[in-house]
Amino acid sequence: MTDTHIPLKRTPLRDVHAAAGGKMVPFGGWDMPVQYTGIIEEHRCVRSAVGLFDISHMGEFEVRGTGALAAVQTITTNDASTLAVGQVQYSLLCYPDGGIVDDLTLYRLADDHYMLTVNASNIDKDWAWVSGHGKGADWTNVSAETGLLAVQGPKAEALVQRLADRDVTRVLYYHFAQGAVGGVPCLISRTGYTGEDGFELYAPAAQIERLWHALMDAGKRDGIQPIGLGARDTLRLEMKFALYGNDIDETTNPLEAGLGWVVKPAKGDFIGRAAIEAMRAAGVTRKLAGFEMTERAVARQGYRLLKDGAPVGVVTSGSFSPSLERCIGMGYVRADLAPVGTELDVDIRGQAHRARVAKTPFVPSHAKKT
Amino acid sequence: MANVPGELRYTKEHEWAKLEGDKARVGITAFAQEQLGDVVFVELPKVGAKITAMKTCGGVESVKAVSDLFAPLSGEVVEINAELPKTPELVNADPYGKGWMIVIKLGNAKEWDGLMPAGDYEKLIAEAGH
Repeated sequence: MTDTHIPLKRTPLRDVHAAAGGKMVPFGGWDMPVQYTGIIEEHRCVRSAVGLFDISHMGEFEVRGTGALAAVQTITTNDASTLAVGQVQYSLLCYPDGGIVDDLTLYRLADDHYMLTVNASNIDKDWAWVSGHGKGADWTNVSAETGLLAVQGPKAEALVQRLADRDVTRVLYYHFAQGAVGGVPCLISRTGYTGEDGFELYAPAAQIERLWHALMDAGKRDGIQPIGLGARDTLRLEMKFALYGNDIDETTNPLEAGLGWVVKPAKGDFIGRAAIEAMRAAGVTRKLAGFEMTERAVARQGYRLLKDGAPVGVVTSGSFSPSLERCIGMGYVRADLAPVGTELDVDIRGQAHRARVAKTPFVPSHAKKT
Repeated sequence: MANVPGELRYTKEHEWAKLEGDKARVGITAFAQEQLGDVVFVELPKVGAKITAMKTCGGVESVKAVSDLFAPLSGEVVEINAELPKTPELVNADPYGKGWMIVIKLGNAKEWDGLMPAGDYEKLIAEAGH
């Protein structure tokens, strides 16, 4: 065991999870439920009905002032100037060498007021980075006082609608509204990490338990279940959504990760721009590719990818796909081997097991993009 | 607390063994399957394979993790559970029954006494649970 002397951080719902049968495990320094009834059942509940996730461990930073946009533009790769108030954008923080500090969602709360939602395990690192480099604006770390629930699945919209004080069906994909859900003041965001329609609800940490119970009670008739981090991982993997620490990190750049679409050099200078532009000109040598196993074997993070016995890459995420009932994964491979259909092998404990580069997302997205 | 049947013997790697004459039936414990979560593949030795006590003879893959299957006893594999490739979830649903994995013809009957009785195994998992 490692770091047993460092106490795990807890979300406001930690005891609710334990009481609901959640199997608690350490995740990025947090004591989080990996599953309640089982990863496969929870996964299918989200794909077929609706699931509720506590993701209060994620970090939120606010930035205000007349220099807020300029500060955000300096540290993020996407073009924040295109965001209207009420809109959300996926973006990245990069190092000067193009390596990735973190991925995030950016909210424009008001004209000179933005919020960045970052990965839980990166909060301290990101806070130092944004407050150190996003100069000329007022930064506040509101992670501790902000709770966050995700309500995801085909029945999510109707459920949130029944509890909301406004018409949430009019909140479009990657947009948000301020309102109340179950009597709790919320930022109601049409976003998620599952490939299903649904919302992420930001609320004061002190009221997140009330919101949780309101959703669980009202969702009973929809078959709502609490969903642990295990199913969150299989759901995002089926969509080929990158997970920081697995698929992207300080040693990977946005272009090879397939995230070139959130890098907007035309907006002006930002940290990492020159390095990423040089990489774009030179061409990437490896690419993050999705693959499916054509044998009954699970590829896991860190396993080598082989072509004709020679190492050509490494698996960054891999699991059994509950939707496809096959094993899927992603990993960095030599760029010439990234096209769909390429036959590869995965070195699983010394044995080569066949895999094939797959079309992604592995499962069609049902996010309401229009 | 996970179910630990009194009539079985156990390994510290969370296999169980049940004596059936000169053979032993083997699987993984309720505690093991709880820790692994949903089992999606079980890799078993072939019938006829010679296996050695406390050496790996197969593997159990769950959604989250992979775990080696250790042979509790030495001998020859005389039977494997043919249902597990199609329905690995039996390991979760019924670890001591329909989720059994292999039957070993014992090569050394004395090894049986080296396995843990239920009471010792209960203590082991009580400690592991903290």
